[in-house]
Amino acid sequence: MECLDTIADYGLRSIGVGQRLLPKSDFTLCQQITLIGSGLLWNIYFGILALGLGFFFATALAVGKAAQSPMIRKPCEWFIFVFRGSPLFIQFFLAYEAFVILPKEGIEIFGITAETRWLTKAWAGALVVLFLNTSAYSAEIFYGALRSVPKGDLEAADAYGLSGWRRFRRIVWPTMLRLAWPSYTNEAIFLFHATTLVFFSGFPAWQQKGDALYYASYFADKTFNPFVPYPIVAIYFILLTLVVIGIFATINRRLNKHLPGQARRIKYRPQVIR
Amino acid sequence: MFGYCTDPSALEGLAWLACYLTNGKHLTAYASIGTVLLLLAITAPTALTFGFVGASAARSRIAPLRWLGQGYTSIVRGVPDIVFFLFFVIALDQAFEWMRHQVLCPDWNQPVRQGNDFVVCAAAKLPLSTSPQWIHEVYGFFLAVLTFAIVFGAFAANVLFGAMRAVPKAQLETAEAYGMTERQTFWRILVPQMWVFALPGLSNLWMILVKATPLLFLLGVEDIVYWARELGGTKGRIFDYPHPDWRLWYFLALLVFYLSLTQVSEVVLARLTRKLSRGQATFAGEAQRKAAT
Repeated sequence: MECLDTIADYGLRSIGVGQRLLPKSDFTLCQQITLIGSGLLWNIYFGILALGLGFFFATALAVGKAAQSPMIRKPCEWFIFVFRGSPLFIQFFLAYEAFVILPKEGIEIFGITAETRWLTKAWAGALVVLFLNTSAYSAEIFYGALRSVPKGDLEAADAYGLSGWRRFRRIVWPTMLRLAWPSYTNEAIFLFHATTLVFFSGFPAWQQKGDALYYASYFADKTFNPFVPYPIVAIYFILLTLVVIGIFATINRRLNKHLPGQARRIKYRPQVIR
Repeated sequence: MFGYCTDPSALEGLAWLACYLTNGKHLTAYASIGTVLLLLAITAPTALTFGFVGASAARSRIAPLRWLGQGYTSIVRGVPDIVFFLFFVIALDQAFEWMRHQVLCPDWNQPVRQGNDFVVCAAAKLPLSTSPQWIHEVYGFFLAVLTFAIVFGAFAANVLFGAMRAVPKAQLETAEAYGMTERQTFWRILVPQMWVFALPGLSNLWMILVKATPLLFLLGVEDIVYWARELGGTKGRIFDYPHPDWRLWYFLALLVFYLSLTQVSEVVLARLTRKLSRGQATFAGEAQRKAAT
């Protein structure tokens, strides 16, 4: 069938596999669905990696913001303030310009040459920005949860002789996650939505390898008809959002496993642009 | 700007910088900050109106109206809003042109969509091809504002719908018991009380709106992002003020501008929340009452 050929040609176009040239005219619905779907791979890539790495950094930042010593607290507060207070769009531009300025031949650190060239490419540069951005937003969520860990839990931990790292790992951290999880689910969804900004903000789509929205706007520009490609992106993202909600709800149930009737349903409240 | 700026090549140091930052193009760029503020000033009330209408419709007892309202409030869930921005700018433009086409050229017999083209008669073009440049710019800005208002109106509708439901039921029942009509209950009891419940969501929305303004650039308006790229790019010898690639500094300035904008908003909104909580039967209102006595 013709559509199967199209899928073979363009199914992995966004990562450089298959047909080199994008369709130029006579766009079929199949081509639009395939190519936009192939672009979605980038959204998933950015989303999963930024979220996965950001989770740990966010925990560290939240603990740092709650620290007594201003030497630790102040940098964490400033980091969170800068990344939450400014638009992601500007952060992308700024980071791209900064990465371009870095010397092409790499930076010498302790005799080792650190490659910097790949930072100007979207797959790495944009990932760094998204990672820092989601860390800041998640850190604020975790910080709020950390402050509402019940006093009784901490006293019980003291009574059991838990302290320091063990108290954090076994009492504070799980409770913090339990409290933060509904908001963190929302944050995860926004992050996936925010990945659509990457190729509209400085980072060039090299060899026309872009994300879902990049291809959608390509089609909209060529056909001058926004009523086909954008609804396709919308449907893809609704599906992606449902998957994210499903995964996070599973984790939520696991986190609240020992609390009967406590596994509250996660309510999704859209918050969107950063 | 300054008298000594007549020969830029002879200037040095601070004097050069002062002249550079006040040349014609920079002044235009500063004016584009006004564009951003204008967008905020127009969009916020418009979106709030859209949201209010949407939320009221979602509560309506007439089913089609309710579906319309609920559909509006839920379009923004699950889909990145930037998709809506890119979509509405073209879709609205085509919708306006199509409507004018229907009215102005009734005897036009060709289809509007011909292959990859969208063709309307010359009289229906928006703006008319004979109109001056500023009309084109204003029309582009108007489309952007409308797009922002539609998208943020949906968010606001979400918030207001929740706030309307948060008003204690007993208040509405009391109003009914006093013999108020449905309309009176809505305007005299529900609407005045809902704001304090809506405020956290609305202030959040305001922050998001502020942080969404650089997207104007994507909608084709010459905003501050456009100027930062334009002015920061490498300027060779043929320019009065040659300089290497300074885009990093321009974007850094933008970052500081947005940080201060969000910071100021936060302070103002915190004050507003305190003010609105006064005398309300909520936790914050109760705390204020106790502190006063």
